[in-house]
Amino acid sequence: MVKRTKSLNLNFGPQHPAAHGVLRLILQLDGEVVEKADPHIGLLHRGTEKLIEHKTYAQALPYFDRLDYVAPMNQEHAFALAAEKLLNIEVPIRAKYIRVIFCEIGRILSHILNVTTQALDVGALTPSLWGFEERETLMTFYERASGSRLHANYFRTGGVNQDVPLRLLEDIEKFCKSFPRILNDLESLLTDNRIFKQRNVEIGIVSKQEALDHSFSGVMLRGSGVSWDLRKSQPYEIYKDLDFKIPVGKNGDCYDRYLCRIEEMRESVKIILQCIEKIPKGPIKSVDGKISPPSRQDLKQSMEALIHHFKLFTEGYRVPKGDVYTAVEAPKGEFGVYLISDGSSKPYRCKIRAPGFSHLQAMDYLIRGHMLADVPAVLGSLDIVFGEVDR
Amino acid sequence: MAIDNLKKLEKLINSELSSKIQNSSIKNGELLIEINENNLIEVLQFLKSNEKCKFRQLIDIAGVDYPEEEKRFQLVYLLLSHERNERIKLSIKFQSDEIINSITKIFSSANWMEREVFDMYGIKFKNHPDLRRILTDYGFKGHPLRKDFPLTGFNEVRYSEKEKKVIYEPVKLEQNYRNFDFESPWEGTNYIKEIKNLKKDG
Repeated sequence: MVKRTKSLNLNFGPQHPAAHGVLRLILQLDGEVVEKADPHIGLLHRGTEKLIEHKTYAQALPYFDRLDYVAPMNQEHAFALAAEKLLNIEVPIRAKYIRVIFCEIGRILSHILNVTTQALDVGALTPSLWGFEERETLMTFYERASGSRLHANYFRTGGVNQDVPLRLLEDIEKFCKSFPRILNDLESLLTDNRIFKQRNVEIGIVSKQEALDHSFSGVMLRGSGVSWDLRKSQPYEIYKDLDFKIPVGKNGDCYDRYLCRIEEMRESVKIILQCIEKIPKGPIKSVDGKISPPSRQDLKQSMEALIHHFKLFTEGYRVPKGDVYTAVEAPKGEFGVYLISDGSSKPYRCKIRAPGFSHLQAMDYLIRGHMLADVPAVLGSLDIVFGEVDR
Repeated sequence: MAIDNLKKLEKLINSELSSKIQNSSIKNGELLIEINENNLIEVLQFLKSNEKCKFRQLIDIAGVDYPEEEKRFQLVYLLLSHERNERIKLSIKFQSDEIINSITKIFSSANWMEREVFDMYGIKFKNHPDLRRILTDYGFKGHPLRKDFPLTGFNEVRYSEKEKKVIYEPVKLEQNYRNFDFESPWEGTNYIKEIKNLKKDG
């Protein structure tokens, strides 16, 4: 007698805490084994690219905070670099250091969130409580520099908006000295934890070749043993002068990716400490009055400054014709901006390359043959944030 | 350094694929290759598998809309080679009714990227395994990134207390989106530019 079975369709999300946002995953199950996964995305689509086409370059920048909202400044960085490349302007060296410091803070912010929520997905509550306390500290650094915890809008074409306030760098340094201990604590909860390992080791394995084929980048690529980090291989800003290592995984499973993220946080701390030690004094944005707005003081005194101010906040600066692609190593992978300018003060086209988009695309390949309970574990290790996937 | 390598690469590609390349240029330190849409598959296959190129990662596919031009749409394929540590841009331009070959056979990650282009621009792909909308709502009409699509869209969605369900209605705004034209034809005085150029040269 042949026993006839029917596969079951399960709707995972869009309102599910382990879906990390608004992911609707339609799973075809045979018993508890996943036969097929069809992710439906776009529930958080806000038309960022369309909006940017209708805004000046300065107005377009805040939209980048709202993509990957756990590491806002890394996104701003990619856009600022793209506009700078088209304008062909030099960024003052102090601004470069400030940018790197805040990008690395963004990396720590994102990795804490990911590591702890991944643990939460597989059943450990404590790491997220410990981790979020540190995130809060880091976000106050954001707030002190830019005025807001999340949507910073701090980077500018040609530098950053304002200099870091008094004693902020000292406080960041203090944090960097104490943070490795917190990381050790976190690791003591997870790294050798039997349950955590059972849920993550040899789950969602990606081979080197597959990682390349699926356009993976960032930790997803390095977890599979490909040593590729844009900060090292195509260095931007001052990463050339800094001393840091690129942690690379071996097996390409969820556990290796977790280890990579932990190690990357340690490296980020090192980078920040080096930057604080080396940071020079000087201007923090381009001195070209046609791009950077004048100071309030100048506005009261100088006619030219007043004209510049008016023009910059109505028309904005015009960017020469051309198209560029710039990418930064965001916490989640290669975040790129493909910018086309038609010579006016608004971008003609701004394609945003979000790392999470290609990672989530591989969900079907990653989860096929795994158990239903592995879905949150794999999803957690992909490091998905819907702000950037849906744009 | 990097530019020299790019120039070598440009030469190599031009000599190997001479008949298929329409134009190639290096601007802002980036290599852009323009080809005919019929040669897309062969050129990509070459770039991916050739020993000297090895562009094994497809980074993204960007659609662009030029409503005034005869060849209305442009697709830009951004490729990355880890071995060479270089990027390359491949561009095709075509008319709005043309169907483009899908490259999912060569790069499996092109699947969603092509779906996105289809969703945003309405460009159709031949031999695509699953050409559905991806980012827009279920039952959405129109292609939002086309230049003739209004920024505010056509429909808005809300929960109706009366009907006890989510309903779609034509967009009603208290004030329409205002697009001010701040562009001024004034380019600045010439003598300042001359002084600037002198400073740069000297």
